[in-house]
Amino acid sequence: MVLVETLADLATARYGTVSDEVCIAIRDGADLAVVQHGIGVLAPRLGLSALQRVAATTAAMELARNILVHAGAGEMLLGVVRTASGGRGLVVYARDEGPGIADLALAMRDGYSTAGSLGLGLPGARRLMDAFEIESAVGRGTAVLCAKWSTPHE
Amino acid sequence: MPTQTPILKQGDYLIVSLQDAVSDTDLAALWRTLVERVGAQRIRGVVIDVSALDVIDSFACRTLTQVAQALGLRGAEAIIVGIQPDVAFSMVQLGLSVRDVRTMLDPEEAIEYLDRVTRRGPHAGRA
Repeated sequence: MVLVETLADLATARYGTVSDEVCIAIRDGADLAVVQHGIGVLAPRLGLSALQRVAATTAAMELARNILVHAGAGEMLLGVVRTASGGRGLVVYARDEGPGIADLALAMRDGYSTAGSLGLGLPGARRLMDAFEIESAVGRGTAVLCAKWSTPHE
Repeated sequence: MPTQTPILKQGDYLIVSLQDAVSDTDLAALWRTLVERVGAQRIRGVVIDVSALDVIDSFACRTLTQVAQALGLRGAEAIIVGIQPDVAFSMVQLGLSVRDVRTMLDPEEAIEYLDRVTRRGPHAGRA
């Protein structure tokens, strides 16, 4: 599993130049409000519509809550990405060193939960975002990289 | 910093306005307060106004539906009002449903409905 030091490394490889990087430690419920605030701060720099901002915030909060529920602690990195073709987007990277996911295909299916919850967090976050990748290794952790484009992006 | 959620008593109803970014602990405390007040004040309806919420995620949704169920067990109908358009869209994308809880557009609509089902006339004190 690729463990990168900064969002810039990973997102730059995938999407383009990353700026305005924000790192939020996810340790308890109060940190979810910080995630919401962080996206609220970055969204105007991207020209995200209100709907895009709400969708991205909802996805980020689901991913942050997954970290709390399954790993206990982790971190979320937010940033602004500019692609080579001039597109702009919000990039969200959620990672933890929790138990990892044994069956990713199963985890990405609606209604599957190992924590007695609704089981919508991962597939829901994927629907809410424009780009979505997940990596996980049992016993090592989980990482999700996703993005919301303010302009259409292939 | 703990936020106080305002609870207004209007006749036999409570109107609760959730503030934006209400924390897990605030919600848990609110739940307890509401369930107790329903008994202490013989509350028939609780209107939960979420119009200030910019985001409703699966945890908030699950908690709200559980609060509604608990209030129902105590004889009060809970109605969630004011889900914002973008929030409604994101909830549907996420796959959330509040199927077992009544939702309406605003507190006025909820109170009209509560007056009807509790067979009250125009609410005392309202024009």
